[in-house]
Amino acid sequence: MQRYVCGVCGYVYDPEVGDPEGGIPAGTPFEELPDDWECPMCGAPKEEFSPEQ
Amino acid sequence: MFSQNPYKAVRLTEHTYWVGAIDWKIRDFHGYSTNRGSTYNAYLILKEEPVLIDTVKAPFLPELLSRVSSVVEPEKIRYIISNHSEMDHSGCLPQVAKITKAEKIFASKNGVAALNSHFDLECDLKAVNDGEKLQLGGADLSFFETKMLHWPDSTITYFPEDKVLFSQDGFGMHFASGKLYADEIPRSMLEEEASRYYANILMPMSGLIRKLIDRLGELNLDISLLAPDHGPLYRRAEDIQWIIGKYLEWSKQLPNPKAVIVYDTMWGSTEIMARAIAEGVGETGIEYKVLPISGNHRSDVATEVLTSGALVVGSPTLNNGVFPSVSDVLTYLKGLKPKNLIGAAFGSYGWSGEASKRIAENLKDMGVELVAEPLMVRYVPKSEDLLKCRNLGAALGERLKELARNE
Repeated sequence: MQRYVCGVCGYVYDPEVGDPEGGIPAGTPFEELPDDWECPMCGAPKEEFSPEQ
Repeated sequence: MFSQNPYKAVRLTEHTYWVGAIDWKIRDFHGYSTNRGSTYNAYLILKEEPVLIDTVKAPFLPELLSRVSSVVEPEKIRYIISNHSEMDHSGCLPQVAKITKAEKIFASKNGVAALNSHFDLECDLKAVNDGEKLQLGGADLSFFETKMLHWPDSTITYFPEDKVLFSQDGFGMHFASGKLYADEIPRSMLEEEASRYYANILMPMSGLIRKLIDRLGELNLDISLLAPDHGPLYRRAEDIQWIIGKYLEWSKQLPNPKAVIVYDTMWGSTEIMARAIAEGVGETGIEYKVLPISGNHRSDVATEVLTSGALVVGSPTLNNGVFPSVSDVLTYLKGLKPKNLIGAAFGSYGWSGEASKRIAENLKDMGVELVAEPLMVRYVPKSEDLLKCRNLGAALGERLKELARNE
């Protein structure tokens, strides 16, 4: 599954890990994250993320 | 008992004192040139028990302690708030914690982790949550996380009784002065230094700045004193509105009608090209700044880019590559993630000519819209080459006018 990088702080969202602290279970693809999901490191919104090259 | 202290605390509000330090000497702040020095602002709230908000850079510990001692014995401080764990604010935290015998240090969750990664602190570190309210030493305080403004740990603290917002690095500037308040300093100087700080520290987080300003609006905090951790404090409503308005303006990074032409040169050829390009830009009525790297620091370039819509970069080809000083500026600018720029690359060469092409690639990686192919001149520009440079400048100017109109 495609990983996504935060354009603000460099945090990488890995769908295989999810964001357990933010209530996102492992296995959740980036596209299925809720619209109000924020970067767990810096609070940047979803639109600041881009696919990892 | 308090008359022995060479440095005194300055009373700001009924219960709040400035106990920071002035650094008249610093000229290089981790690669950002600080031509006017800086201050490390620390604050003391004196109600039932004193609360210290942030400390100062390590060498300034005696100054901090002297100012504190002028109003209260440091040993009486029970609580310390760390809004930011970077060492210009935390450098003497271990010593301060030891001397004051503070019970607790409060920071965000990320702040606690960062402080533990910096120091072996002997006192208890307590994580506070975003929006949490605490009563410390008789003072009601609210904490708000401002993650990545400009580190993951950053927080701001609000003291409603005296209407003070301790905004940490936000709204700050590197500016050493005997004057404590923004209204005692000419606005043009404030704008220069505040924009310099924004460009060199906060520009990559412009999206988050807009969110913070929205949030401050929603929180509707009553602020009589905006107290950052560097530079002057804002106590007049018009000055508070001014700096918040400036942050909003800068965070948008609009394609402003101004072009920055930055270059270095070996034998003067790239320099002549830069001057001809500037002439072409000027012909279209667009403002321009020519920044020879030999006389301008990378942070000067970043500051000008913040309020510009075009970035033109020139370098001679040296040993099949970009001139090192130009690479330095490009690396720095890329990290600052400027937005909404158009641009072009140019430079002279002798035989291979890689520099301009590589600069064009770098600009593209930064999201700069290139208005032309790299403009390259072999050895020394002739008058027809300089006309091409002038035309390039004019094309840039026209495109910028078009973009500025659409905004």
